[in-house]
Amino acid sequence: MADQPLLELRGVSKSFGAVQAISTVNFTAHTGQVMALVGDNGAGKSTLIKGIAGIYPFDEGEIYFDGKPVTIRSPRDSAALGIEVVYQDLALANNLDVVANMFLGRERTGGLGRLDEAGMERAAIETLNSLSVTTLRSVRLPVASLSGGQRQAIAVAKAVMWNSKLVILDEPTAALGVAQTRQVLDLVKRLAHNGLAVVLISHNLHDIFEVADHIAVLRLGQNVGVYATAQTTQQDIVLAMTAGRLTHVPGMVEA
Amino acid sequence: MSTTKSAPAENALLASQAQLSVGDYASNYFRRVRAGDLGALPIVVGLVIIATIFQTQNENFLTARNFVNLIVQMAGITTIAIGLVYVLLLGEIDLSVGYVSAVAGVTMTLLLKGGLHPLSFVIWILGLFGIDPATLESLNFQLPPLPWFGAIPLALLVAALIGILHGSIITRFQLPAFIVTLAGLRAWNGVVLILVGEGGTIVLQDKVAIGIANTYLPAVWGWIVTALMVLLYALAQFAQIRTRRRSNLAHTPIFLVLLQVLFLAVVAAAAVYITTQDRGVPVIGLILIILLAGFTYLATSTRFGRYVYAVGGNREAARRAGIQVDRIRVYVFMISSLMAGCGGLILAARLRSVATDAGGGNLVLNSIAAAVIGGTSLFGGSGRVVSALLGALVVASVENGMGLLGLSSGVKFIITGLVLLVAVLVDAISRRGRAQSGIA
Repeated sequence: MADQPLLELRGVSKSFGAVQAISTVNFTAHTGQVMALVGDNGAGKSTLIKGIAGIYPFDEGEIYFDGKPVTIRSPRDSAALGIEVVYQDLALANNLDVVANMFLGRERTGGLGRLDEAGMERAAIETLNSLSVTTLRSVRLPVASLSGGQRQAIAVAKAVMWNSKLVILDEPTAALGVAQTRQVLDLVKRLAHNGLAVVLISHNLHDIFEVADHIAVLRLGQNVGVYATAQTTQQDIVLAMTAGRLTHVPGMVEA
Repeated sequence: MSTTKSAPAENALLASQAQLSVGDYASNYFRRVRAGDLGALPIVVGLVIIATIFQTQNENFLTARNFVNLIVQMAGITTIAIGLVYVLLLGEIDLSVGYVSAVAGVTMTLLLKGGLHPLSFVIWILGLFGIDPATLESLNFQLPPLPWFGAIPLALLVAALIGILHGSIITRFQLPAFIVTLAGLRAWNGVVLILVGEGGTIVLQDKVAIGIANTYLPAVWGWIVTALMVLLYALAQFAQIRTRRRSNLAHTPIFLVLLQVLFLAVVAAAAVYITTQDRGVPVIGLILIILLAGFTYLATSTRFGRYVYAVGGNREAARRAGIQVDRIRVYVFMISSLMAGCGGLILAARLRSVATDAGGGNLVLNSIAAAVIGGTSLFGGSGRVVSALLGALVVASVENGMGLLGLSSGVKFIITGLVLLVAVLVDAISRRGRAQSGIA
């Protein structure tokens, strides 16, 4: 991790009322690498990504993007930086076809406000090709007729189509079978290979060890550590998630 | 996908862009039908059954005269149903369309007649508080009679504003459309009663306004206009093929498009021929086709239409995509009321008058039934504008046929109810088939 990170969070905190969801967390994501974010339920993973996405802006701390300090106060800010989040529920309209979903809200139009269907279809095919999504029969199928893995692929393709630099995937394999998990993991690797910074949130350590370059562990809203995947084991990560050393223990009076 | 010419085998998506043959299309179609994606098939079968039954009972059913009557009779519900298709696409409902149509009809009629008392509401309300209306009436403020090109747009504007009001209340206070438009149903009914007033009927005298539903094109013009419409359709189809070819995308085989154009031409020619045996092509029929084409374009080829489908399919996804969901909903309720208004003008023109019972009866139910029978889902996100026409054809045929047979109202209602039930059953069963085979 010698080069400059694409995204760097320094000492970010967020509390909801009396609950300190995350406190002074540091986090980095590098171009061309997959950074996994793990932690038990309530460790602050969701709060962290929602802060990056601008949904719940951080209370304090600094955010650097491409080495420059930035502020992210709304989802529009993060989208402008090139940060896209693929949420667990994917947010696809089942009744619309693949092209319509990929361009939803950003349709191309020609004269008379007419949708440029041919242009959008072409661009959708090119994006899917660049991600080597090969199992799709046609981009004119409604999303309802696709498998879970294919839907995940469409949601990812939708996210990366807009010159995005950082893609955050929230539990992309949670609801998938073996073969489809395989497809999505391949897709995650390809995203990094295509030059994007990828943040992967998952409960499945097996998946993480397969695709991640580094693993950041959160516990009770604090950093426990960042591990290089090649130099650690699943046991180490589980230990860090459940018993990692905390800088301060919530509820205890600071010495 | 048998006739792939030069597609690289390693990429299925590129391969899918290879041109499909007519045979592929045919086999795809039969596969879809077997899987339960019936399209317009049940409507066609239903219409054949309806025609057979009524023709065997009464030989006047399949006559040129009755065909022309049918077009005029179905115009009102078709127009109202076009607006309802948009509401149903959102997964919502608009129960107020019947009386909103009547409000537009009365407004137009009164404006044409002149003398509409703009203060009549104020007077009526003050009357409730015991103030003598005579003091205000003595002001004797009267509107001059407006020409048709003033009265018709104003009536439609009133209808559109009513829709904006409904939509704003529904979105602002997050109320169910069912309740808000139910309230509208009653309230606008009251407005109609007050506007029509003591007499019970206002006669429509303007020639143009009556002409909406009572003008017929001479045979020559009927043929020319129909030929132009078929030509336009063909041009649009081939323009689409050309742009898809330019982008190197798969397109419908030209043979199939020619077949479609030919089919349309034959149907249109048959319809024109039959009408020329009677009074000629009703102008209202052309208006219907223009409305259907316009609203189909809006639904399928514009951002707005795309957003309507998206909001109906997954409101949360639409919201996250940056679509202003509530604004879309208000526009859709505006369209619904506007089209109800159009329908109201057509109905007023057909009856040459507006009465206190305008917009009542089974107008709302018939219009909703038309949209649903035509294949628009009640659950949002799925349906086509043309389903308004197909469904209205069924509903109007049944009504027309039962009228010819002289059936009593009770029997008519029962049969209309059963037709709706059968249509929804066919849809539900085919939907199950589609779900099982993953066509959605």
